[in-house]
Amino acid sequence: MEEQKWDQSMGGFNAASRSQMAEAAAGGEESQRTLYPYVTGTSVIALKYKDGVIMACDTGASYGSTLRYKSVERIKAVGKHSLIGGSGEFSDFQEILRYLDELTLSDHMWDDGNSLGPKEIHSYLTRVMYNRRNKFDPLWNALILGGVKMGPKGAEKYLGMVNMIGTHFEENHIATGFGNHLAIPILRAEWREDMTFEEAVKLVEKCLLVLLYRDRSSINKFQVAKITTEGATIYPPYSLKTFWGFSHFENPAQGAVGSW
Amino acid sequence: MFRNQYDTDVTTWSPQGRLFQVEYAMEAVKQGSACVGLRSRTHAVLAAANKAASELSSHQRKVFRVAEHAGVALAGLTADGRVLSRFLRSECINHSFVYESPLPVSRLALRLADKAQVCTQRSWKRPYGVGLLVAGLDETGAHLYYNCPSGNYFEYQAFAIGSRSQAAKTFLERRFEKYNDYTPEQLIKDALSAIKETLQGEKLTSSNCTVAIVGRKDDGTMEPFETIDAKRIQEIIDSMEAAEEAPTEPSAMQQEEEGTDAAAPMDI
Repeated sequence: MEEQKWDQSMGGFNAASRSQMAEAAAGGEESQRTLYPYVTGTSVIALKYKDGVIMACDTGASYGSTLRYKSVERIKAVGKHSLIGGSGEFSDFQEILRYLDELTLSDHMWDDGNSLGPKEIHSYLTRVMYNRRNKFDPLWNALILGGVKMGPKGAEKYLGMVNMIGTHFEENHIATGFGNHLAIPILRAEWREDMTFEEAVKLVEKCLLVLLYRDRSSINKFQVAKITTEGATIYPPYSLKTFWGFSHFENPAQGAVGSW
Repeated sequence: MFRNQYDTDVTTWSPQGRLFQVEYAMEAVKQGSACVGLRSRTHAVLAAANKAASELSSHQRKVFRVAEHAGVALAGLTADGRVLSRFLRSECINHSFVYESPLPVSRLALRLADKAQVCTQRSWKRPYGVGLLVAGLDETGAHLYYNCPSGNYFEYQAFAIGSRSQAAKTFLERRFEKYNDYTPEQLIKDALSAIKETLQGEKLTSSNCTVAIVGRKDDGTMEPFETIDAKRIQEIIDSMEAAEEAPTEPSAMQQEEEGTDAAAPMDI
């Protein structure tokens, strides 16, 4: 074994030996950086409405182009006042949930009447994501943080986003992934202040339908969640009705005769 | 307290289960000039009696702003107090950086207490010789804590520390039950009256006391921690003295007060 190693380090610089040399030099530690995402969730969309914030996404997680997992919950409640939705690498999302668990647990154990609101959690996540990016080891996610908290001037709604490079902002409506391109234009045109829950769900479903038709990594199984001063509710998954009866689908070669 | 064979080291217990060095550190607090703190549901006030080393020097600074929502008044070794104020400021800033929100006062008081406790359990350290009244505002309302050199801390409605603070405590004990509903002005007046008790005959003016307040107004806007300027303090003192001339004022009944009351009309 030792002879082999000796030969390789003396010999040519191929990829294998280089990484082995790096390993030896670093004292046996291989690179632990995130290089690519493996199991990914697609878009999440969210918007503020009259009583709080509504968030929705599909329940699919893809492994490259394979639709590997079809019942994945990508929106979770955080503490008493917030919801988090994540797209991107699902294992990183789970790790983030673990960090948030630790945070909310210590907050809960204080039992002093103070609790972490959505703004605090968003700020915390921004610090985490940005610091990881600076180490060239990002958590490969785009996260949406929404919530409502009672403040001195009444119920304060909050909706913000942070992504893998640490970019963060607050808005009345947010989307990740393909949602940025397909849902945001709809939300910009049709979002209004103080929508009712029913109106908000209709708007969200309109966006989800577009994403279902046009995003190949989305599936027809969605979860809608809301957060109000009463707490978080994540509704059971359901499907949307789709229409495929276009004449072009019936006779695809009509306009373009091909060999197949 | 008398010297004994168990008081050389902070890490030596006495047979009765006492740490004498820690108790001696608490004596240092009693040597400092008085500070009082009191709070309502929405506001907290700190007041300190200014003490100057000599007539030639300026008075020692005893009230420090720690963050927009909190501040401290200290009694004892002012140098130790300055260092602890810097620590508190840094804790508040670090919390704000990560969470973009103010550090709740109870958690601030805990961090200070834990820091003080460390010095009671290391043979190469000595306890901080300063007692701090920590006043602040968070989402659960206004709070007042007293942190002592032993590492203990308690929440108070009203409290006084430093030399002759017992007179102030007696004054506050009679009135604290109503403080939750006091207006900020009433709190300031009571704070000044409490400081007056500790001056023992000396006339209370804006130059021998410092008052600071933090709170939340009825409309929800915050009044950040701020020392009230001398001119306004003098106005409040003057209005208090004018009210004291009237015999219905309950504080005029107190024995300690009678001496100063008799002095006031003669001074004019």
